Amino acid sequence: MKPIDFDLHRPETLDEALDLLAEHGDDGKVLAGGQSLLPLLNFRLARPAHLVDVGRVASLAVLRRTATGVTVGAMVRQASAEQSPAVASHCPLLAAALPNIAHPPIRNRGTLGGSLAHGDPAAELPSVATALDAVFVAASIRGRREIPAAEFFRTHLVTALEPDELLTEIRFPATDSGTGAAFAEVGRRRGDFALVGVAAQVTVADGRVTDARVCLSGVADTPSRPKDVEDMLRGTAADDDVVRDAANAVRETVEPVGDLHATADYRRHVAGVLLARALREAYETAERSEDGHDLRIA
Amino acid sequence: MGTRHRVQLTVNGERRSGDTAGRTSLADFLRDTLGLTGTHLGCEHGVCGACTVLLDGSPVRSCILLAAQADGHDVRTIEGVSPPGGPLSPVQEAFCETHAMQCGFCTSGMVLASEALLATTPHPDDAEIDEALGGNICRCTGYVQIREAVRVAAARTADDERVVVRD
Ligand SMILES: Cc1cc2nc3c(=O)[nH]c(=O)nc-3n(C[C@H](O)[C@H](O)[C@H](O)COP(=O)(O)OP(=O)(O)OC[C@H]3O[C@@H](n4cnc5c(N)ncnc54)[C@H](O)[C@@H]3O)c2cc1C
Ligand code: FES
Ligand code: FES
Repeated sequence: MKPIDFDLHRPETLDEALDLLAEHGDDGKVLAGGQSLLPLLNFRLARPAHLVDVGRVASLAVLRRTATGVTVGAMVRQASAEQSPAVASHCPLLAAALPNIAHPPIRNRGTLGGSLAHGDPAAELPSVATALDAVFVAASIRGRREIPAAEFFRTHLVTALEPDELLTEIRFPATDSGTGAAFAEVGRRRGDFALVGVAAQVTVADGRVTDARVCLSGVADTPSRPKDVEDMLRGTAADDDVVRDAANAVRETVEPVGDLHATADYRRHVAGVLLARALREAYETAERSEDGHDLRIA
Repeated sequence: MGTRHRVQLTVNGERRSGDTAGRTSLADFLRDTLGLTGTHLGCEHGVCGACTVLLDGSPVRSCILLAAQADGHDVRTIEGVSPPGGPLSPVQEAFCETHAMQCGFCTSGMVLASEALLATTPHPDDAEIDEALGGNICRCTGYVQIREAVRVAAARTADDERVVVRD
């Protein structure tokens, strides 16, 4: 239960970090909060020769409100984002999802960038980023590039990041007024990775849905966003019939895989239940926020 | 051989330092280099909470934190919860009274997680207690007595003047 011996690098600036990744990226790994990587190292499932700990690069740990939304530095801890008023009021889906990640001590260390770069399809944040069309900013000594969420997650634990690239920040678009969000999941125990999770965000004007975003985790090897379901919801009042149809449509489209923890049928069934639950909560929150009684701000 | 690192940190209010390999976890550094064996290792992959210590006041898993990552930070372990020879802290007293421990393997982590909870939330309700301790596994006592211990400690310390700092 001890990692293999490696060289640990602790750069203090972004440039130093990128130089180290250019040199060692192929047989090295970025170390962020370590809450996924260190268990893998302890089990020797990962055997990197170099670890580039970016925990001292202060510029990566900044969360800021911008004209177009909320920009979260890759090293912002899950616990800090959870307590951020900017996230609560401008990115309610992120705020709803964060408390579902693991347990408080893990969120005290785990980062947003780490969770996204890890690319676990059962995790909450990849679903949130996909639902919101977040933009990922990656840097290397070759330059910077922006990667849309729809192109970021490739397959189980594989993302669009190259070995010499560092995820530096994630841009979440701000929500319009009249927006509500919810995250619903089931797991064997609280804090475990969910068997299935559903991220839902709806924007409502005059009682009608003008924008709907839905993404499921745990049912495929990447977060899966059923666009046909989103289309079904637009223009409706998200009443019981519409929500039931949406849940049925999701059950028909997802193709989960069964394992030790739950059968494929169970996951498919529960995907519909969770979709309905998340949609209702998101819609109700949206209506309250449309009425000007915004209860989202913690 | 991998890189070696000089780690300087404050442990239970004292400046401590040591040389260690990059791969050494904070838990192993505390136990093997500093001789503080009150921090227990159960699963060594972040699941059980036995190794919980407070890093700058917040609970973290010391088995999945490198010692080098804690360089320059403040660490509190079970040895620092009350002075050697006593008296015990209100949380420790309450654990004894409510029979919140049996073999004691999980207790260091449980006590530290409880101390951290009461420092920020002096009057936790049951949901807040469960959230704060839910990541700590106990294989013997049962969680009912542990929750009871936190309630008892909270009731006793609630009158203390506490400053709650929130970002
Ligand atoms: C007991 C337990 C339960 C958990 N439960 C959940 C859960 O329910 N839901 C959930 O989502 N997560 C869960 N996690 C994982 C946790 O959220 C991790 O914090 C997260 O997955 C990884 O973030 P990190 O900052 O710890 O990254 P690390 O562990 O440091 O890194 C993870 C991976 O991402 C890469 N990486 C990290 N940052 C960057 C970057 N900036 N650029 C490029 N690559 C990078 C690393 O090289 C590594 O491959 C759990 C963990 C534990 C130990
Ligand atoms: S030993 Fe660290 S969480 Fe189990
Ligand atoms: S008292 Fe034995 S594990 Fe908790």
